Amino acid sequence: MNTTAQATTPLTKADIGPEMKGADAVVECLVREGVDVIFAYPGGASQELHQALARTDKIRVILPRHEQGGSFAAEAYSRVSGKVGVCMATSGPGATNLVSAIADAYMDSIPMIAITGQVFTKYIGKMAFQETDFFGMTLPIVKHSYLVMNVAELPRIFKEAFEIARSGRPGPVVIDIPKDIQQAKFKPEFPASVHFRNPLLKLQHKATDETLKHLLTLITEAKKPVIYAGGGIISAEASKELKAFAEKTNIPVATTLMGVGAFPETNSLSMQWFGMHGSAYGNWAVDESDLLIVLGARFDDRITGDTSKFAKKAKIVHVDTDASEHNKNIHVQLNVLSDVKYALDRLLELITATKFAAPDTSAWHKQIQTWKTEHPFSYEESKHIQPQEAVKVLYELTKGDAIITTGVGQHQMWAAQFYRFDEPRRYISSLGLGAMGFGYPAALGAKVARPDKQVIDIDGDGSFAMNIQELATAHIEKIGAKAMILNNQHLGMVVQWEDRFYGSVRGNTILGDENNVGSPDNPSALYPDFVKIAEGYGVKGRRVIKRSELKEAIQEMLDCDGPFLLDVIVPYTEHVLPMIPAGKSVKEMLLK
Amino acid sequence: MTTHLHTISVLVENKFGVLARVAGMISGRGFNIDSLNVAPTHDAELSRITLVLKGDDQALDLCMKQLRKLINVVDVSDIKETQAIARELVLVKVKADPKKHSELLEITNSFHGKIVNETPHSVIIEVTVELSKVSAFLTAIEAFGILELARTGQLSLKR
Repeated sequence: MNTTAQATTPLTKADIGPEMKGADAVVECLVREGVDVIFAYPGGASQELHQALARTDKIRVILPRHEQGGSFAAEAYSRVSGKVGVCMATSGPGATNLVSAIADAYMDSIPMIAITGQVFTKYIGKMAFQETDFFGMTLPIVKHSYLVMNVAELPRIFKEAFEIARSGRPGPVVIDIPKDIQQAKFKPEFPASVHFRNPLLKLQHKATDETLKHLLTLITEAKKPVIYAGGGIISAEASKELKAFAEKTNIPVATTLMGVGAFPETNSLSMQWFGMHGSAYGNWAVDESDLLIVLGARFDDRITGDTSKFAKKAKIVHVDTDASEHNKNIHVQLNVLSDVKYALDRLLELITATKFAAPDTSAWHKQIQTWKTEHPFSYEESKHIQPQEAVKVLYELTKGDAIITTGVGQHQMWAAQFYRFDEPRRYISSLGLGAMGFGYPAALGAKVARPDKQVIDIDGDGSFAMNIQELATAHIEKIGAKAMILNNQHLGMVVQWEDRFYGSVRGNTILGDENNVGSPDNPSALYPDFVKIAEGYGVKGRRVIKRSELKEAIQEMLDCDGPFLLDVIVPYTEHVLPMIPAGKSVKEMLLK
Repeated sequence: MTTHLHTISVLVENKFGVLARVAGMISGRGFNIDSLNVAPTHDAELSRITLVLKGDDQALDLCMKQLRKLINVVDVSDIKETQAIARELVLVKVKADPKKHSELLEITNSFHGKIVNETPHSVIIEVTVELSKVSAFLTAIEAFGILELARTGQLSLKR
C-alpha cells in the first residue's frame, strides 16, 4: 500500500557499472534506492561494507552503541518518514541483535532492510567463528530474505528487496552477504526494474464499485455507524481521504494504537483509540455499533478482547489489502480486498456522483458525546507529579506538534491517552511485538528523519534502561532527541497486573533495592541516577520531583538544542485505566 | 470446525530456502504434514510442492492465503479429490521366496505393478496407485516380509 517513491530517476534499461567490489555495489544500490542514512555497527564480516561506505559521501552512517538500538532507530526512521529504513550488522552476534527489530517491523508492517555480514561462503554450515544461519533464524519474521551466494545477483536482489519491503503490506527484508561476496570484483548490472512471478506483488487490489456502493447503502441504513481505522491508513498514506470520508458520512472514528494520528484526535468525530486501554467511549461505541467499517486493521486481540463478544450487534465491513487478514480473527459480513486509499478515494467520488446523503444519526452522536463527557481519559491529581500529568503538560507545552516515541508499558499507554495526535507518523511505538527498549533509539531514528521537529521519547525507567547506551549515539552524532522518563522505580504494567490479578505479590518488578524503594517521598533511595549516567555520556539532564517544578523542567528539556534526559519521579501506584482484562469483553471494562 | 484430509498444490520458484518457507508456514500454524513431494516442472524456474495434511477447513484456508503471500510462491490450490487425478508411486522391497513367487507376481499384477529388481534375497516391486489403494497393496504383500519401503507421497493434478 505504501506508495512513497524513493527511487531516483527511473531507468529504462539496465545500467552497467564499472568493475567494483561487491561491497561497493551494495552502496551503489542503496544510493540508487534513495537511501541517505543507515544505522550500522561494524564487525569482521561487515567490515568490507563499512569500508565501502567510507568511500561515499552520499550516505550518512550512524553508529549505534548496540545493534538493537541501531535497528530500532532504522525502524523508527521508517515509521516517521514513510521511507525504507536500513540497518546493518556483522554476522553472528551482530545479526542476532537485530532480531527484535526485525520481528517488530514484521508485526507492525514497517518497511525495513536489514543487511548482515556473513562468514565466507566456504565456511557456511561449519560453525565458523561468528557464524549463525541468519537466513534460517529469521524465516518466520521476515516478509522476505536473501542469502547472497553469487556477487552478480547483488543489484537485482537489492532492487527486489526495496520493492518488496515497501509494496503491498510493507515489512522487513533481510539480506545476508558473505564476506567473500562483498570482496568479489565484478561489473554490476543494475536492473531498471524487477519481475516477480508471484502475482500478488504486481497487483494493486481495487474494490469494485458495486461493493463500494453496497457499503454506502449500508451507511444510509445505519443508526449507529463507527469507523475502526488501523495502521493500514498510515502506511497507505490515506489519512486525508479518511478524514474526508468520515466528515462526508458523519461517522465517528476510533483508531487502533497503530492508527493513532490516522484521524485527527482533536476532530469532533474522533473517539481517539480503543482496545484494552483505549477510550471507554471508543470501546462502547464499537460494542454498540450497528455498522462497523474496519479500514486497514487486523482485529488484534488487544482490540477485540473476547472475539466471540466483539461488536455483536454490528454488520462488519473489513477493507484490507491483505487477503489473509479477512476472516482471520473475526468472521465478518463483508470483506473488501482493496488498497484502502483507493477504496476511500473511490468512495468519495461515488458519494458525489450518487448524491449520497448522510443519514440522521444525531441520537448516536449525542450518546457518544454523553459518554465522552462522563468518561474522558482522566486521573486523580496528587501532591506528587502524576505520570499522566507529565504527558499532559508536555502536550500543552509542545502544542501537540512533537513526535513522541515510547518504550513499552504503562507510560506507552499514558502517552497515547494524554498526548493528542492530529497527524499520522507522530506516535511511534512498538505495538504488535511490544519490545521494551524501543523508545530512545526510536527517538534517534525519528529525529534523524525529522530534524525540524521536537522528538521526545516518553519512557519508563525499565524500558529506558534497556537501550540506555544510545545516549552516546545521541551525543556523538549530535541528534537532539529528548527522553522524558516517567520514573516509578517499578515495572509498572506488570505491577498493575500483580495488583489486579496476583494479590499484589511482587515478582521481580522492583527495579531498585526492594527493602528501600525510591519514590517521590523517598528520593534518597531513587536508583539509578539517570542524570549522572547522562552526564557520563555528555548528555544534559535534570531530575524533577516537585510538582511545582514540572512545567519549568519540561520547558528546559524542550529548550535544549541537543539531546536531553528529564527524569520525572512519579508514584508507582497509578494504574492505566480504562482496562479490559486480557480475553474479556467491553462489558468487563475496568473504569477504576 | 471440520477436519479433513487436504491435498495442497503449491507452485514455487526454484529459489534458495523456498521449501523451508513453505514448510515453516505450515508447521508454524500447527499443521502436521502427512506427505510432501517436491520436483521440478516443465518450466525450469518452477517446482511443484504437493502436500497432504489434515486440518480444520478454516485454519487451512488462512494457511493457504498466507502461503500465497510468500514471495517465491506462484500459485496455491486446494485440490479436491473429485476434481483431480491423484497418484502415489510406491517402491517396496520384500524377501525373496521362490515358493511364493507366483503369488507375489499375481498380487503385483492385480495392482498394475511390476517387479523392477530381483536378487537371490529380495525383490523390489513398483506400483503406482491412488492413495486409498496404497494400504490395500501393502496389506496384501505384508505376509512376504517387507524389508524396506519408499513412497513419493501423493501427487495430484487437476483434471
